[in-house]
Formats: sequence, structure tokens, C-alpha cells
Amino acid sequence: MTAVSVMSYDDALAAFDPVLGLEVHVELNTASKMFCGCPTEFGAEPNTQVCPVCLGLPGAMPVVNAKAIESAMRIGLALNCDIAQWCRFARKNYFYPDMPKNFQTSQYDEPIAFEGYTDVEVEGQTFRIEVERAHMEEDTGKSMHVGTSGRIHGADYSLVDYNRAGIPLIEIVTKPIEGIGDKAPLVAKAYVAHLRDLLLGLGVSDVRMEQGSLRCDVNLSLRPHGQVKLGTRTETKNVNSLRSVERAVRYEIGRQAALLTEGTAIIQETRHWQEDAGVTTSGRLKSDADDYRYFPEPDLVPIAPSREWVEQLKSALPEPPSVRRTRLQEAWGFSDLEMRDTVGAGAMTLVEQTVSEGATPAAARKWWLSDLARRANEAGVDLLSLDVTPADVARVQALVDEGKINDKIARQVFDGVLAGEGTPDEVVTARGLAVVSDEGALSEAVDRAIEANPGVADKIRDGKLAAAGALIGAVMKEMRGQADAGRVRELILTKLS
Amino acid sequence: MSDLTRRTAAELADALASGETTSVEVTSAHLDRIAGVDHDLHSFLHVDAEGAISAARESDARRSAGKPASALDGVPIAVKDILTTIGMPTTCGSRILEGWVPPYDATVVSRLKAAGLPILGKTNMDEFAMGSSTEHSAYGPTHNPWDLDRIPGGSGGGSAAAVSSFEAPLAIGTDTGGSIRQPGAVTGTVGVKPTFGGVSRYGLVALANSLDQAGPVARTILDAALLHEVIGGHDPLDSTSIDQPLPPLVEAAREGTRQGAARDLSGLRIGVVKELGGDGYQAGVRARFDESVQLLVDAGASVVEVSCPHFVHALAAYYLILPSEASSNLAKFDAMRYGLRVWPEGIESPSAEEVMRASRDAGFGDEVKRRIILGTYALSSGYYDAYYGQAQKVRTLISRDFDAAFEQADVLVSPTAPTTAFKIGEKVDDPVSMYLNDIATIPANLAGVPGLSLPSGLADEDGLPTGFQILAPAMADDRLYRVGAALEAMLIHAWGGPLLARAPELAQKESVR
Repeated sequence: MTAVSVMSYDDALAAFDPVLGLEVHVELNTASKMFCGCPTEFGAEPNTQVCPVCLGLPGAMPVVNAKAIESAMRIGLALNCDIAQWCRFARKNYFYPDMPKNFQTSQYDEPIAFEGYTDVEVEGQTFRIEVERAHMEEDTGKSMHVGTSGRIHGADYSLVDYNRAGIPLIEIVTKPIEGIGDKAPLVAKAYVAHLRDLLLGLGVSDVRMEQGSLRCDVNLSLRPHGQVKLGTRTETKNVNSLRSVERAVRYEIGRQAALLTEGTAIIQETRHWQEDAGVTTSGRLKSDADDYRYFPEPDLVPIAPSREWVEQLKSALPEPPSVRRTRLQEAWGFSDLEMRDTVGAGAMTLVEQTVSEGATPAAARKWWLSDLARRANEAGVDLLSLDVTPADVARVQALVDEGKINDKIARQVFDGVLAGEGTPDEVVTARGLAVVSDEGALSEAVDRAIEANPGVADKIRDGKLAAAGALIGAVMKEMRGQADAGRVRELILTKLS
Repeated sequence: MSDLTRRTAAELADALASGETTSVEVTSAHLDRIAGVDHDLHSFLHVDAEGAISAARESDARRSAGKPASALDGVPIAVKDILTTIGMPTTCGSRILEGWVPPYDATVVSRLKAAGLPILGKTNMDEFAMGSSTEHSAYGPTHNPWDLDRIPGGSGGGSAAAVSSFEAPLAIGTDTGGSIRQPGAVTGTVGVKPTFGGVSRYGLVALANSLDQAGPVARTILDAALLHEVIGGHDPLDSTSIDQPLPPLVEAAREGTRQGAARDLSGLRIGVVKELGGDGYQAGVRARFDESVQLLVDAGASVVEVSCPHFVHALAAYYLILPSEASSNLAKFDAMRYGLRVWPEGIESPSAEEVMRASRDAGFGDEVKRRIILGTYALSSGYYDAYYGQAQKVRTLISRDFDAAFEQADVLVSPTAPTTAFKIGEKVDDPVSMYLNDIATIPANLAGVPGLSLPSGLADEDGLPTGFQILAPAMADDRLYRVGAALEAMLIHAWGGPLLARAPELAQKESVR
């Protein structure tokens, strides 16, 4: 493999104008699959959620899941799309072992929703992203290649799990996103985060990127400044977190710029994002020679949603994200910057839910944006995917407010919750984390600290209250952090006054 | 006991109801007949004697408890090997499905079971229903009971031969371009292709989804109607199934029989389709057709000649739409999950794709490969509009032809097939000449309208059965039965008995059961 040269981001942007295109696949959270009654739960034993239909057995026939149609229309409406008067499913024909019928039932030239837009904000600037279409399709099964490489080449054998086959997917495709310049990586990330919030608000998907219920393919091309014609694009798959979306766009800009500058043409291909190395690698060549032989699925009848149904769904949509954002910012009393950070971290809904569980907005923001955001970042997942609920966060804050724990212990409580040790209360009990509220023990510890630090004690007696910090530190050390620092301070000041 | 096999399904139902016989006796008689004659005919790919007898016992138990499940409870039936059956192989006449036993029943099969009909076995067919002679079965041809050197029609030659030879009183066929009606015509039996969506396709291994329709194969119109009512009606598992009650079919058949006996068909308007007759149709076929039309006229029906100008394009459109859908349907047979798996020769560690290729090469016959290639080509980007797209437009025009014709006539009529049964091997190397067999039956599939074939006599030149086709508007299947039963009554009267009574006796092997 030849070394890949990557141009510095600033140099790349000086020479080229990036154009983005984002294809987001959303797994709907319907109870049953797109065309049969099989359950859709994640993580079941392989091949236990299958039937003749989703296994594509000879003779089996699909029946459309009405709930999935409804979800698709609601997504379309939330993205300001037109809803088709009449549309059909088509067959996308190609051979692959994880595809039971060797064709995917998908919408082709008649999507259920089309011609929409949505506005996303990046660093205080609003970008309108035009949506070309949102269409329905079924997911494929999952192949696992067993062997030293873990990839199909060189595998000893492969296993296929069809549990995922037939799970309803909505594919949301943007039009080319132009004129975003050096903001391209941030716009891409903000769009996916925005979409995730919107979908979460609609309640149509779990939108968990690391479980694959929200998957993003990043199309990117470069063209010299001033050129109208779009350059050749690459499609990068396997972009499984918000952070990866940003990084993948940034990397592709640098990689393509280096190639174009040295006079090498960009190959139209599918590339894969390698999270660990932070690079994209070449996948399948994608060319116009791909012929899926689409034709209308003859086993299904056309979908013709009545205008009444569409209007009814439209009127029942949750408030648009921008309106919601303004409303919440006012209600929470966040500054523009605080709100922007909250939205940027994909935490708006989490904060909202935490507040509704009883925490103050400031406390909710504090936990989600600092400690928990850091943990998510370290784990390379999104905040949503952390195994901690808004209720947990609210409860931890309540424990702090009640003086049962302090902020430092709270972090240990989160350690426990994330490690699956139970609710915050259970973790506190199991780990013996409650602050020492035994006044006797605390009082003795304070006495010992005063005795051991006579100089400091004198300063406090002289009114230099700032010196109390040293004594508090000593007490907290002795109590292994399990004391309420406020109470310790009170005790010290009382004793030395 | 052998006289039991000579009875119609309606007669057997009466005998069972009166206690004259039992389902075990009736079912055993047919199993004995199969054991006796099927070595010459090869109607069956699989006989399930044990399952049939066990179902017959249950039927008898229901009967003695006074709780029969349906009018046909206890009357045995044969099922074309293209419908899935729990516990019985389903091969579709193909090597590629050899040994596959489905884990689920087709809706038609579950309705047969629910109605108490013991299933004798699975009948032979052209591979994946592609053919008009049953010669394309990977398991060898079926022979016509009228002349063992001749084909029994296709693709449902096995079902037609079984019913025609008294191996079964009833059978299920499937009709994509004539596969129920044309075998009916050349074996002297009755075959009905219901309205598209009138009988569930769930569990019918698809040849061409937009054309396929399962339907009854029987010896009389009334028997076909009885069976049609058992298998028909809406099925939530088939999205294309029509959510409306069937018109009363048995009642229509009985009424037709009365009208025929009384020679009273006044008010009935018969349309003779100009494009489905004339040159290219065997003289004997035309003669018998004309006589039948005359019988209807003599009974007071009025006859008009109707023109369906776009029917001349039906065959071409059909041979684009069918292979297109089939090429996609047959993609699932890839050796990954079920059926035949062939290890490619000379490759040490083959990829999944190489195994697929070798298995499909070994598992599919030439006719299937021919149509996969045709369909793949017709759907290819750059050709889609010219072929598949254009064929769909022709289809719309054919539907309009039917609409216009049904303005002038209650039913349309034609010969079912242009010729009587040809010799085995005669056309097997000439696909186009084989395709022409379905020229009169294909338009109904393209438009989704129902069609029926009943025996109209024997051609003078070869003494072989000819068929009379009746077509009706969608969801007016009752008209087929009314007119069919009237004509049947008049023909039987003219012949002095059923046509099948004139079929040659088959050499009966001593029962080995």
C-alpha cells in the first residue's frame, strides 16, 4: 500500500471548494419489520427473529407495515418535504449472501417524501440543507467473516444473521450542499446531530449510531474555487459517530486536495472510515456500470396516502427544532453560547428530559456537557449512547443537593452507573459512597486538622478566611473525599471563631 | 372400490355426507389408482400416502361427530408442486430445490387442510412453471392419459393428467399464461384461472408475480366451483389479494347446469374474439369451437364478434414481463440458505459467488436459464423503457381492449389452445413454437381477468380433446361457471356422457399398496 498524502486543511480550503452530500439511513423503531410481523429488537440471538418473509423463502410475500409508512411520512413532513400522492416500492437487484431474496425491496424513483429542507446552525450561522428525498427500504442481514482478518478476504468462513433483514429503514438524501467552505466538517456534523434530535423528537427511531440505527454515508467532492461543475465524489461509509462525521469530511478534503493538486483524478468509489486510524480506505469501485435492474415490486400495491392522513400527521408533528430551541433557551435561561454548546453536543433533548426529571437546567447542562461528554468522547460514542439515563443524571444531582454526595463522589457514582452496577442510589450503597454526615466523626476530623496545622488555624482566627481551604483539604483527605465540603467549612469556621 | 375414482368431487361429497363411503375408502382408492397407473403417467413428483390417509381418518372422525369442515371434507386432492407444503417436498420441478421441505403452508394449502381435503401428493410441472408441455420438468415429463406419447400440456401437466386419469378427483394448478387452462384443454378436463387477486398467492413460488394465479383443476364445472370457493377469497398475507367477497360460484354453476338442461340462455351475450381464432388454429379445434358456439346460440344466446386489436402484441409483451419478474424472483436460489449446493470444480477454496454460480448452473434447466437471461436483459439500464416499460404499456392497451369487449358481451369465448396435444419431444427444441401454445390464454393473465377452459370434444383428425375458453370481467368469475356449466350440460347431452368416458383405459399395475 502506498502512503497516502493528505494536504493540510487550510491549504486544501485555500485551493478548493468542498461540496457535501449526506445520505442518512435511519432504522425505524417499529415493533415489527417492514414487510412481516417479526420483532425488531436489537441484540437477539442470531436468526431468532426471522420468518418465511424476511428469510425470502420461496413463495413468501411481503405486506407493508403501516406504522413504517406513517413514520416515513412524519419524517418527510418534519423535513418540509412533499408527500407523494402515489408511490411504489421497487426491487433493487444484486447478489449478496446477507440479502435473502438477492434483491432489496426499496423505493427508487417514487420516494414517499421529496423536495424538502431543514435549517441547521453552526457557530451562530444558519445553513439551509435541501433534502432531495426520504424513501423507505428494508435493511439487509449482517455478515460476520470468521478468520484472522475479520474481513471477507481471507476469511475461513462467514456467518449470516438475518435478524436485521427486513427492518424498516428510511434513507434521507440531501441535495449537494454547496458554499459552506471551511465549515464543511462542522455543517456535516451539525446536520446529522440536528437530524438525530429531530428524529428523537418524532420518536420514530432509537437513533443510536453505534448500534447502526442511524448510519451516515458522507459524499464529498472538491472543485477549484469558481468552478460550477461538481467534482468527482467519493462516498464514505462506516461513519458511526458525530465526531467521525466531522473527522471523515475533514480527512477526505485533505486527501482529495492532495490528489487533485498532484494532478491525479479522484476515483468515484465507496470508501470506508477507519475510526482508529482516522483515515478513509478504498472500498468497492462505484461506477455507472452498477445496474440494479430496478422495477416496481409486483407483490405490493401502490401506496396512496390520503391527503386527510397527511394533514392529520402534519398537524400532530412536534414543534420544529428551531422553535423548540428558542423556547427551551428561554425557559432554561441559557446564554446563546451555552445553548449552542448544548445543541452542538447533541444534548438538547437529554437536558430537557433531565430537567423534566427534576434537575435544574444548569445542573443538567453541567453533567451532560462536561463529565458525561468527556466519557462519551473517550469511548468514541455519542452522548445518547452512554448507558446513563436523564433520570440517573437528575437523581445524582438530587443526591448532591441533599448533601448525600458531593460532585467528586458524583463522578464515582457515574462510574458505577456506566459500569452497569445499578441506579445511582444502588451504586452509592454498594460502593459505600455516601458522604460522612456523622457530625461526631466529622467534628473529630476537624479538630485533628486544626491541631496539626496551628499556623493555618491562627490565620483563620485572624480573619483570613481564605486559609480555610487548606484545612478543608486536610479533612477531606482524611475522610477520603466522602464529606460535604460545605459542612466541613462551616465546622472549621465555627470552631475557630 | 375403483368406481370411487370415477366419481366427481360433488358425487364423492354426497356419498361421504350420506355415509355411503368414508374418506379413508375414497382416499385409498385414489392412492391405489396412483400406484396402479402413475408409472406410465408420472403425474406425481411426490405421493404422501401416509399423510393423506391420516387426514382422511380425521375427516371421517369429524364426519361421524357430525361436524364436517366443508362440503368437500374428505374429498382428496392433488397439489401442483409449486405451492409450499409443510412436511412435503416442494421442488417446482427444479433440481435447484431438490430436497427442500418448506416450513410453512401456502394459503391455498392451509385452506384445503382447513376444509378437510386430504392431500394425495404434489404434481409434476415444467420447471418453475416455464413451459406448455411439462417436458421441462427436471424430473422427467408427464404423459397424456389420452395418448402416452403426447404431452399433457403445461406447465401444470401433472395436475391435469392426475385428474384426467382418475388419480385424483380434484387438483390445484397455477396459471401464469395458460398453465391451468391449456393442460385442461389437451387432457379433456376443466381448468379455471380465477381473477388476479381472487385466490391468494402466498406460498405460491412466484414465476411472474403480476401474472400468476392459482386455481382449480377438475372434471366438471361444478367441481371446479366447489374447489374455487374453498381456496378463494381475501388473504391478508397477499397484498395483491382482493378484499371483496367472491361472487357465489357454486350457485352459478348449478344455475348454469339448469339453464343448459333447459336450453335457456336467452339474454346472454357471447363475444367471439376475432383475434383468437382462424389461421394457426387446428381445423378440428376450430370445428369443435364453432359447434359449441352454435349450441349456445341454439339455446338463445346472442353472439357478436368482438375485436381486441392489441391481443396480437400479447405474446411479445408477456415474454418481456414474465422473464423480467422471473429473473428477479429466481435470484433467491443461490445455494446459501436452502436447496441444491454445488461445489465448483477445480477451485480449492471457492467464494460465495463461485458457489452461487456453480449451483445455479447445475440447478437450473435450459428454459429457466433462457428466461433469466431474457429478463435480466429486458430490465437492464438503457433497455428498460424499450422492453419492460413498453410491455407494460401494451398490457394497459390489452386491458382496455377487454373493457371495450365486455361492453358488448357478458363473456368472451375462444378455443383454449390452438392445437390438440402434440407429441413429446416435438417442440422441445423450438421455444417460439412452444410459446405459441398460449396465444389464446395469455391476454387474460396480462389483464388479470378470469378464464375457464372446458372440454369441447375430440378433434376429427387425431381424436384428441379440444378446449373451449370462456373469459369474464375481473371479479365476475361466476359468469365463467354459469356459462361453462350450461355449455357442459348441452355437450354431455350431445355426447351421451362425459368426454373422459371416451379416454382409453390405462394399463393398471396390480396394487402394491
